[in-house]
Amino acid sequence: MIRSALLIAKKDLYSELKTKQVLATMIIFAGLVILVFSFAFDPANNTTKAVIPGVIWVIIVFSGILGLNRSFISEQRNDTMQGLMIAPLDASSIFLGKFLANFSMILVVELVSLPFLFLLFDFKMYGGFGYLILVLVIGSFGFISIGTFLAALAANSKSSEMLLPLLLFPVTSPILIGAVQATKIILTNIEKLSSAMAWIQLISAYDVIFFVLCFILIDYVLEV
Amino acid sequence: MIELKKLVKQADNKLILRGIDLKIDKGETVAILGPNGAGKSTLLKVLATLIKPTSGLVKINGLELRKNQLEIKKLQGYLPHSSLLYEHYSPLENLVFFGNLYGIKNAQEKAIELVKEVGLSFFLNEPVKNFSRGMIQRIAIARAIIHEPPLLLLDEPHTGLDQGAISILNNVILSMKDKGTTTLMVTHDFKQAAEICDRIIIIKNGKVADDFRLEEKELDTVSEKYQLQVEGVS
Repeated sequence: MIRSALLIAKKDLYSELKTKQVLATMIIFAGLVILVFSFAFDPANNTTKAVIPGVIWVIIVFSGILGLNRSFISEQRNDTMQGLMIAPLDASSIFLGKFLANFSMILVVELVSLPFLFLLFDFKMYGGFGYLILVLVIGSFGFISIGTFLAALAANSKSSEMLLPLLLFPVTSPILIGAVQATKIILTNIEKLSSAMAWIQLISAYDVIFFVLCFILIDYVLEV
Repeated sequence: MIELKKLVKQADNKLILRGIDLKIDKGETVAILGPNGAGKSTLLKVLATLIKPTSGLVKINGLELRKNQLEIKKLQGYLPHSSLLYEHYSPLENLVFFGNLYGIKNAQEKAIELVKEVGLSFFLNEPVKNFSRGMIQRIAIARAIIHEPPLLLLDEPHTGLDQGAISILNNVILSMKDKGTTTLMVTHDFKQAAEICDRIIIIKNGKVADDFRLEEKELDTVSEKYQLQVEGVS
C-alpha cells in the first residue's frame, strides 16, 4: 500500500514539476495575501503582530484549497482515475498518495511564504520556533487529509470547485480554530505555552480520528 | 477463465444487464456485439472491477470478483474508450508509471520494448498531448498489456484508428492470443471481429441473444446473425 501511495504521490509531484500549474498558483496567491495585508497593517505598529497568526492560516487554507481542487479533477482528463482504479491497489493507497502530494505542496508554500511574511511584517520570533513548526505541520496535516477526502467526494460534482470549500470549512473548523489560537499564543505570548499545548492536543486528536475515518471511507467515495 | 451466472446490473431503476450467463475458456478471443445501450460496455466495466454488479456471480480464473478484487485486477488489462494516459507525460513515463503500479520488474525496459512494438519509438519522450488519436490508442494498448495480463478487456479498440494502427492492434491481440491470453472485445466493427475472434456473443437489452463460434473468418455469418438477432431480419 505504501509503495503504491508513494508512486502516486511521486507521479503527482512530477506532474506538478512539469506543468507548474498548481504550486505556482498557490505561491502567487500566498504572496498576494501577504502583500495586501502588509499594505493594510503598519509593521511599525505593535498590534500588527496580532494579525500574523490569522494571515498565516488564511494563506494555508486558501492556497490549500487551490491545490485540493485540482487534486482529483486532474484525474478526470482521459479518465486517468479509471487507470488507478483498475490497477491492483486499494482505494486507500490512492487517498494516501494524493494526500502525500497535497501535503508536500502545502509545506512548500509555507516554506516559501512564511519567511516572506515575517520579513515584510518585520516580525522577530523570540523562541518557540519548534512549536510553531509543530502547529503548522499538524494543522496542515488535518486540513489536507480531510480536504483530500472531500476533494475526492466533490470531484464528481459539476460545481466541485464551489462544493469543496462548502464541505471543507465546517468539518475543519475545529482544526482551524485550534491552529490559529495555538499559533497566536506561540507568536505573541509564549509564556502561556500550556494553553497552546492544549490546542495542539485537540488538533492532534482530531487529525488522528479524521485521518483514520478518511482512510476507511475513501473506498465508498471512489466507487463508480 | 470467465464465468458469469445470472449477472444483473441495475442503475437508477434501469436494468442494464438482465441476468447474463456466460462461460469463456482460457485462450479464447471473443467479440461482443450489440446495438448501442445493450449493456456491452457495462459488462466489460463489471469484469474490470470498475462497477459492482447488483447481483449474480462473477468468477475470473476461479476467483470470485467480490472477494478477490486485487488478485483479479492483476490478471486484467483493460482498454476503454479513453486512453487512461497522463497527457503531459511521455509514452515512456506513462508506461513506467503503470508498470510500477502493477509491480512489474524492469518497467523501463519493458516500456521501451512496448513503445517499439507499437511503432512509436521516435516519440518515446514526447508528451502524449501532442499525439494523434491513433498514436494515443497505440500507447493505450501498450499500457493495457504492460503487465502481460492473461485476460484482455477491450472496449471498441478499433474506433478512430487508421489501417496501420488497426493492423498493429490486431497483431498485438493475436500475439497475446498465441501466449494464451483470453481476449474479450466489445466492438461494432464486424470485419475486425470476424478477422481476429473465434467466438461471437451478441448482446441485446442486457441479455445474451446469440453465442456462436467462427470456424473460418466468416464476415457474412456475423452480419447475418447480427441482423437476425438485433434488427429481426432473416
